[in-house]
Amino acid sequence: MLNHKKLIVSHAPFWHDGSSITDRSYHTMLAAMPAVLFGIFTYGMPALGVVSLSISFAIIWEFLINKITKRTISIGDGNAALIGLLFGMLLPATSPWWLVITGTFVAVVIGKHIYGGIGGNPFNPVLIGFAILMVAWKDYFDFNEVLVNYDLGFAMVYPLAAVKHLGTSGIEAFSTTDLLLGQQSGGIGSTFGLGLIIGGIYLILRGFIRWEISVSFLAGIGLTALMFNMSDPSHYASPVFHLLTGYTLIGAFFLAAEDSSSPVNFIPMLIYGAGAGVMTVLIRNLGSYVDGVVFAILLMNLINPICDKIRPKALGKVV
Amino acid sequence: MIKRSFIGLTKPLLKYEALDVSTPEPSVIQPSKKVTLFLDKVFDFKDKILFNIGDKVKTGQKLSYSENSDAYVISTVTGTISSIAPFNADYGKTYTAITIDVSENEEIDEQFSTLVKEPDIDTVKDSLAFIPGNLPAGLFPSTDASPPIETIVISGVDCDLFITTNQNTVLVDGQAVKHGVKILKQITGIDNIIIVSSDHLMQDAGISGAEVRVVDPEYPASLPHLIMRDVLGQVVPAGKNCEDMGVSFISAEAVASIGKAFTEGQIPLYKHFNLIKKDGSSTLISARIGTPISDILNAFDVTLNEKDRLIIGGPMTGSTVYSEDFPIQPDTDAIMVQDRGNIPFVSDYPCINCGECVRICPASIPINVLVRFLEAGQYEEAADQYDLYSCIECGLCSFVCVSKMPVFHYIKLAKYELGRITTAEATNA
Ligand code: SF4
Ligand code: SF4
Repeated sequence: MLNHKKLIVSHAPFWHDGSSITDRSYHTMLAAMPAVLFGIFTYGMPALGVVSLSISFAIIWEFLINKITKRTISIGDGNAALIGLLFGMLLPATSPWWLVITGTFVAVVIGKHIYGGIGGNPFNPVLIGFAILMVAWKDYFDFNEVLVNYDLGFAMVYPLAAVKHLGTSGIEAFSTTDLLLGQQSGGIGSTFGLGLIIGGIYLILRGFIRWEISVSFLAGIGLTALMFNMSDPSHYASPVFHLLTGYTLIGAFFLAAEDSSSPVNFIPMLIYGAGAGVMTVLIRNLGSYVDGVVFAILLMNLINPICDKIRPKALGKVV
Repeated sequence: MIKRSFIGLTKPLLKYEALDVSTPEPSVIQPSKKVTLFLDKVFDFKDKILFNIGDKVKTGQKLSYSENSDAYVISTVTGTISSIAPFNADYGKTYTAITIDVSENEEIDEQFSTLVKEPDIDTVKDSLAFIPGNLPAGLFPSTDASPPIETIVISGVDCDLFITTNQNTVLVDGQAVKHGVKILKQITGIDNIIIVSSDHLMQDAGISGAEVRVVDPEYPASLPHLIMRDVLGQVVPAGKNCEDMGVSFISAEAVASIGKAFTEGQIPLYKHFNLIKKDGSSTLISARIGTPISDILNAFDVTLNEKDRLIIGGPMTGSTVYSEDFPIQPDTDAIMVQDRGNIPFVSDYPCINCGECVRICPASIPINVLVRFLEAGQYEEAADQYDLYSCIECGLCSFVCVSKMPVFHYIKLAKYELGRITTAEATNA
């Protein structure tokens, strides 16, 4: 066979649907934009500083790790930038620079790369970074303390802290509309409920996150909160309040649904989401932390591999 | 190329090409200089091969490999054998490639015409293994071990996207299929013959006289394992094939070829297939088995450039070849040309656990876990715990993989490697 044209030889299939990790990362960042921009608009330059620093350092850490471990440079896939962005969104605008740098280091290096990089992490890297910082430097995450110097035209108390300490009488000032429109204190990108919901719906429709996880998470929070609320309305806030405060919405759409640390099968996704939702409210209402989203999701990350074993029987499987 | 839709929440919809009545006759292309025939036998210089370079052969002449082997090909042209060489195909498959230079005057070999009076199983086995559409070996199980075939399923649908070969047979060759069905019944004694067809060709499929069943028009519904499950209601256990369940699949084109062989007294030579061009258009073509692909491409002014891709078969399950000299074979259903600019890139990224593959897999395989074992070369665990052998080879997992991993290739490779280990163990034992 004498023919010297070099053809590409490879394996089926010869089509690809065009999806990519890069696409996923950037669209997730795009979906986060309404909430992030709102945060920057509300808290001004410091917020912009925190978010930019967080994204930059997440990328820098990723780059350095790639270099040190002599792997292909993977910052182009946008995953590091996404970790940085989400991490920044959780932080208060007043976070000092070293906190951001340390946090992104923990997230990218400890949360992601020691497990072999993207796809290998059993926990959500952003939450690993955040949880470790929160335990180590508690005071920087007390929103009432750190945001005390802001006067933004709404009560500068962290809603979840208010309900924890004062019961429902402490949160009468927060109307649902205010909460949806971000008239509450909190993390830079975590307060604008409507923006997060719009971003989440976008991600669900585009298929970048799974609705099963987001919906069951919200349902878990709603139902558990409702039970508490019914048992003691003066003490425990309403489901709506729980759904629109703290990290609930960013958790539902941007954190719980992270690919590597969440299940892929239908029933496990529901269990995982609902479990995280229930845990969140339990921690909020009974635990010592004001918000439970971070630990609740991390906890469910832990059981994700076992949970994901509940799956349909493969075709022709002989048991 | 079909891309993910903007709304990515739902699964991508891959429709089979639906042939309609207005489709033009296939264009007939003749081999210009030579044909190459692949004889299904490992070539060995020490073997006493029954034909030689320089031998003259007639159209329809049977070329048997050796006294000790049943393997043969049917020459599809009149001419002179110009080369005999080994040919290595994908996944360790080897053939003896016989090239015949075509001479001008065609002479038809008469041997087969003397056999057509009384169709019997031996005539079919001994003369029709090389017919267009491919005669499945499983149709005639060797008496030992394998269970008898009780049902024959004629595939009036095509196995991959863009292909219309079998549909075309159902549509225009109804009478030949009917005759083929009659002969199949007669020689095998099997009464249970089913023809599966797409909804819009049901009427035409009915002409065959076989029982008509409808198959979904959506990929991968026409793969044999899914037809078994969805149409016949029998699930093939993982690692087994349809023949093990007593069901043999045969393409409508092959049945029509059998029919024609006996009515015309000549072994059919022309294979139908689709040429899928770089722009994604698909044309039905008829050419002699053995015709080099280059002849087809020339006839349609398709130019191949450096780094383009040439595929035998459809976009989901075909296989690439490295040369335009590769011939049309009895089972070639399509030739697909892909421009280098359109070749999807395969990355070395790991699985990110997005689950897209799991949601699309028709066999419900936990691919997100399986692929981790395959990447690590742990094929046995993959087979024992993560359902490697349930895979029915549709290719959808690679198609949707966000990491662009060659998942399907890993799966095929794993099966191939495990197969080799088993064979080696069996021979050493
Ligand atoms: S090729 Fe992939 S999607 Fe298709 S059956 Fe096999 S594992 Fe499932
Ligand atoms: S589609 Fe690819 S990246 Fe996603 S779970 Fe499957 S193998 Fe992993």
